[in-house]
Amino acid sequence: MKIALLADIHSNLEALSACLDHARREGAEGHAFLGDMVGYGADPRAVLDLVMEHAARGALVVRGNHDDAALEEAGDEGMNLAAKRAAAWTREVLLPVHRTFLAALPFHIRHEGLYLVHGSASAPEKHVYVTDARAASASLARSGGASWVFCGHVHEPALYYTVGGARPLPFKPVPGVAIPVPTRRQWLAIAGSTGQPRDGNTAACYAMLDPDRAVLTFHRVPYDWETAARKILAAGLPERLAVRLRRGE
Amino acid sequence: MSKLPDVGDELDGYRVTGKLHAGGMGVLLTVEAPVDPGFPLVMKIPRLGYGEPAEAVVSYEVEQNVMSVLQGPHVPRYVAAGDLAVQPYIVMELVEGECLKDRVDRIPLPVDEVATLGAAVATALRSLHQQEVVHLDVKPSNVVLRPSGEAVLIDFGLAHHAHYPDLLAEESRNPMGSAPYISPEQVLGVRSDPRSDLFALGAMLYEFATGRMPFGSPTGPSGLRRRLHADPVPPRAIRKEIPEWLQEVILHLLEPDANQRYATAAQVAFDLGHPDQVVVTERGKRMMRAGLGTRLRRWIKAKGMEPEAVIRPSAQLANARIVLAAVATTHTNEALFQAQRDAVRRLLASDPESRLACVTVVKPSSVAGVETEDDVATTQAIKNLVHLRHWAEPLQVPVATISFHVLEGSDPAATVLAYARANAVDQIVIGAPPPDLPLRALMGTFATKIAAEAPCTVTLVRPPAPGRE
Repeated sequence: MKIALLADIHSNLEALSACLDHARREGAEGHAFLGDMVGYGADPRAVLDLVMEHAARGALVVRGNHDDAALEEAGDEGMNLAAKRAAAWTREVLLPVHRTFLAALPFHIRHEGLYLVHGSASAPEKHVYVTDARAASASLARSGGASWVFCGHVHEPALYYTVGGARPLPFKPVPGVAIPVPTRRQWLAIAGSTGQPRDGNTAACYAMLDPDRAVLTFHRVPYDWETAARKILAAGLPERLAVRLRRGE
Repeated sequence: MSKLPDVGDELDGYRVTGKLHAGGMGVLLTVEAPVDPGFPLVMKIPRLGYGEPAEAVVSYEVEQNVMSVLQGPHVPRYVAAGDLAVQPYIVMELVEGECLKDRVDRIPLPVDEVATLGAAVATALRSLHQQEVVHLDVKPSNVVLRPSGEAVLIDFGLAHHAHYPDLLAEESRNPMGSAPYISPEQVLGVRSDPRSDLFALGAMLYEFATGRMPFGSPTGPSGLRRRLHADPVPPRAIRKEIPEWLQEVILHLLEPDANQRYATAAQVAFDLGHPDQVVVTERGKRMMRAGLGTRLRRWIKAKGMEPEAVIRPSAQLANARIVLAAVATTHTNEALFQAQRDAVRRLLASDPESRLACVTVVKPSSVAGVETEDDVATTQAIKNLVHLRHWAEPLQVPVATISFHVLEGSDPAATVLAYARANAVDQIVIGAPPPDLPLRALMGTFATKIAAEAPCTVTLVRPPAPGRE
């Protein structure tokens, strides 16, 4: 059963829809949402409606720091001004049903060799960034021996892998290439951001795991960022958040 | 791990018919598949398990990974692999032909043979690099020549594929590969540079041409590091019958700094196929190793030598292309010539490492062997060569990156296409049939055929119609 892994959707309905379409065509049967479903973007309700639909059908969902901030103001600690303004706006527009859903989400999930977390397994509720091999190593060490650790938080796709006893090595995945990820090693994959890519490429990121064949594919999906950016401006959110989508930064 | 299968045994449906080789790293068995694939098969079983080095498992994984995605005549065809948890093996095409290590018994080899072998291996490396793979263990025992003369690279246990996490990229690992052949950057732990394979090819050609290894067969790290700054004894100082052009090619391949080496395998194959077009520099003429001062400077530089940023093999190829300009020297059409030059100039401007091959086709001289006819043919060839050079002159391309070829053939399009295929041309620039040409039908056929059958991009150049400017 192929599982589509989506992280950091950030209320970007256009990006989420494009990725879900793509994943369906690629044969995804399961879904995992790696946190930060909301924040930054203009469609928190529509995005959460979609995620909740998938969750009702068995999708795995973990909570991110922007999801925390959408529940209570204390959750936006450490965020920049634009993010705080977007979080405050999100708190206003969310319906009780969305808040109930977010509040019930776990910070990490262990499921058949998979470990899902928004930041690092080293402290799931603290949302630690995995930006280098040392952080990846710490996350893998606390994953309870999972073969596949999937996370988001960092918006650029990356794959860390263990060889021998040394620190994991970083790899920059090439979109569309099916990478063998045999369970005899540990792998930590950062799916890349669906709703706010930051590597200079505007296309939305997601990854697809085929657990039976043990292969992982990182995908890039072009989407209508024009509309997503326009909605951000129309909602009165900071202009900077719209510009980011146009530039992929 | 289970016991190794024997002759007569069956493994996942493959029946073992013979034992080819049993070595330190594993065994090679000939096998038969339940359904005949149409070519003979070999099963490679790695020696894994207790007491065997951990690298053996990783190396097996790498080989299986890389082989399963490689295509083309220059690698053994991949058929299947066994489950690593049960019994690892790779079933692949048994390449029937001569292993190049058999030629080592006869070294030094004649110059022509060295060039032919070198061009065949370079062509195979080009195919590999285009597929994002660096072999990293190029040596005579890892090359098999098919009866057609095509080279096949075998043993991908140390290879690097840019699309996959490099399982052999452990930070503090000792350099891997065969000491006499590995490149300086490999000694430093770099595994992603296709030019490392070109260095190894250079070491191989040096061995074939001179009968010696350019850097001996060092066993320790300091011996290996010597190639970061030392240059080998010039081949001509060992065997004076080695021509300057071949020494030029070999030493160009053995440059310690990868940036000073040939940029691509295709360019190496091109030079080895056109000795008369190799521009001989000081490299080809020198009869002594560099002076003490130069070596000292290089040694100091090597001390602080840091591996460069990772590059994808195909990115390297994209910057060093071979452009073919097919020039119809017999039809004087200055406007078309100019338009074709402009197109070529723009192509070359974007990547300075590109090469330009200027080609024209003449009818074959009808009766060979008759002296007067030969003379006529030679005169005609020279005349065409003069025209070609004249066409290219305004481009002011550096002499080392341009070559001129008068090809013989009754079908000009087929002749140009064959040349493009044989020389791994990346782009062909041809003129469109001009409207006022009496031979329009013929030229039209030429352009159509080139566009339809070329193994690469084709640019069809047409000068602006008169009066429209």
